[in-house]
Amino acid sequence: MYKYFLRYVISVLFLLGISGQANADFKVGFVYVGPTGDHGWTYQHDEGRKAVEAAGIKTTYVESVPEGADAERVIRQLAQSGHDLIFTTSFGYMDPTNKVAKDFPNVKFEHATGYKREHSNVSTYSARFYEGRTLLGHMAGKMTKTNVIGYIASFPIPEVIRGINAMTLAAQKVNPDIKTKIVWVFTWYDPGKESEAAQALIDQGADIIMQHTDSTAPVQVAEKAGVWSFGQASDMQRFAPKSILTSIIDDWAPYYVERSIAARDGTWKQQDTWHGLKEGMVAMAPYNSAMGSDLIKEVEQLQKDLASGKAHSFTGPIYDQKGNMLVAAGSVADDGMLAGMNVYVKGVEGDIPQ
Amino acid sequence: MEALLIKVEKRNDVSPSIYFLTPILAIFLTLIGGAIIFYVLGFNPIEALKFFFVTPISDLYGLSELLVKATPLCLIAIGLSFCFKSNNWNIGAEGQLIFGGIVGGGVALLFYGHDGFYVLPIIILSGAIGGMIFALIPAILKTYFNTNEILVSLMLVYVAKLLLDYLVVGPWSNPEGFNFPETRQFSESARMPILFDGLRIHAGIFITLATVFLSWLILYKTYLGFQIKVSGLSLKTAKYAGYKGKTMIIIVFIISGACAGLAGVGEITGPIGQLHRNISPDYGFTAIIVAFLGRLNPVGIIFASLVVALTYLGAETAQIFLQVPKYTGQVFQGMILFFLLGSDYLLFFKIKFLGLRKNEL
Repeated sequence: MYKYFLRYVISVLFLLGISGQANADFKVGFVYVGPTGDHGWTYQHDEGRKAVEAAGIKTTYVESVPEGADAERVIRQLAQSGHDLIFTTSFGYMDPTNKVAKDFPNVKFEHATGYKREHSNVSTYSARFYEGRTLLGHMAGKMTKTNVIGYIASFPIPEVIRGINAMTLAAQKVNPDIKTKIVWVFTWYDPGKESEAAQALIDQGADIIMQHTDSTAPVQVAEKAGVWSFGQASDMQRFAPKSILTSIIDDWAPYYVERSIAARDGTWKQQDTWHGLKEGMVAMAPYNSAMGSDLIKEVEQLQKDLASGKAHSFTGPIYDQKGNMLVAAGSVADDGMLAGMNVYVKGVEGDIPQ
Repeated sequence: MEALLIKVEKRNDVSPSIYFLTPILAIFLTLIGGAIIFYVLGFNPIEALKFFFVTPISDLYGLSELLVKATPLCLIAIGLSFCFKSNNWNIGAEGQLIFGGIVGGGVALLFYGHDGFYVLPIIILSGAIGGMIFALIPAILKTYFNTNEILVSLMLVYVAKLLLDYLVVGPWSNPEGFNFPETRQFSESARMPILFDGLRIHAGIFITLATVFLSWLILYKTYLGFQIKVSGLSLKTAKYAGYKGKTMIIIVFIISGACAGLAGVGEITGPIGQLHRNISPDYGFTAIIVAFLGRLNPVGIIFASLVVALTYLGAETAQIFLQVPKYTGQVFQGMILFFLLGSDYLLFFKIKFLGLRKNEL
């Protein structure tokens, strides 16, 4: 009896030792497209990484990895050097991520904002940023005096078009006369180009500036020019304290922590995640008191309704620029339509670059 | 007033062996400088240097990656050496690379879905021609309109970049790609053959080696090569000897552009496999360092391209294992060039201290 007990104790200790060691060796890697100090996209991903680290899991990151031939090597090196879960946080890493995933079936991969999951160890994730845009639209529609909203856009991909449309629809709801003017800068991060675009929009009469790019340049230009602005990806309040009404915050931390723990404990499964205000992947920075408490209350209510599903960013009737009906009255756009969105809604000026 | 008098004198006798040893000295000084930087940053310098220069190439995959990275650098630098040797300052190899990529990529898309051995050679050739055409612009402007080739070639880099942006966002974007700024993946027939299963090293390396050999032949065994060297040493002598300066300028730019175009097409048909906005992480500019580090000599350039490629890989490895900031790699490249130019100066000039002398002011 005693012998069996001893054997039991030893084997339990042994197993604990193994699993303890496996846990201690568990490492998560992150690949960033920009520098961690961009105060936008990459900065927020790195905040997420720090949360994983705080949860007791070792992490590694590689920053400013070009989306060309180098990405595959960096991802492969992370996989080879014992990282068990790798987050690749830019669209351009889609093909390299899938290529490396094929050769490392035991390593889990998470690719942000892409649509290819060619192997069972690749998941994709993104956030419903457009829900935040709906809130911005509501504020913009109420706050504008010139009825011109300036929008700095990066690339004509569905994610960006969705944001433009969601914002315009929400602004029209509270102010039918508004027009959305867009400048395409074809970059995610270029403070020079972004500030030129912001200035051009202000010169065209926009008294609200918002952007789907990552630097703090547009809000700084808006602050100087004395027009309203919104922060993007992270809370940019300190860069334009007077001008910023709020910021859309990408909060990756809960997702990164949850997925890292799942991978460590062996419960990780392939999935396609698209989280929004409800799950907290999209969050709003504190609202500027210059808006007045009535408007703040309205926006907070709308935020709650979007989170609970009572309101939807794309509720019909929605028409495109030519007046064709996109979504019928009383229904909402489904995820399939949102994922492939490539037309402007009525009220947006100009054409989508093709 | 007293002043320290320093006199700089030109040395007349520089031995060729020391001339080719100074790059090695520069690398050695860079290692010491790097060790000091790592030490100041709080890393163990020996360990950091090991992660920087040994770990990246400690297995077959790493060696293959080193060659993948060095191939375009070597190719472009070889082309640039023709220009630089003859006093033509082509700074726009990056633009010629991108334009070669655009032309080659366009042909690859034209052949989308086609099979056949002829597809890849046509793409490679068109990429080289694309690079040539783009290099002809500063060459013709220089020879016939007396413009400054540094400015023209540099500004054309941005023209090429914007053209590529336009094409991958608009007319050439992948119809099934949700408007993302990239083309389709090229067909298998349009891809460089991979040399070893599981490694990324591709047939482009043979093109590079052939180019190295050819350029050695041209530079050292032909009349053209002799003209290039004489023009580089003294334009007046070249004119006196009756060399046709204009033709030579155009020829060196064509060679240089073709090499850069080949590098571009090698990238898009090799490791990348499609056109998008980031086909080159500034290879065209880094190759300028490579060309000078290699003493504008074909064999020297091979070694220089390997060293510089290693600084890239090392920066990645050091970041993964030690979380050393990414930009350390660029610091290393800067240090190599700094020490090289510094030792060059001391190589060609003597510094004499004449002691303190009273100045009457």
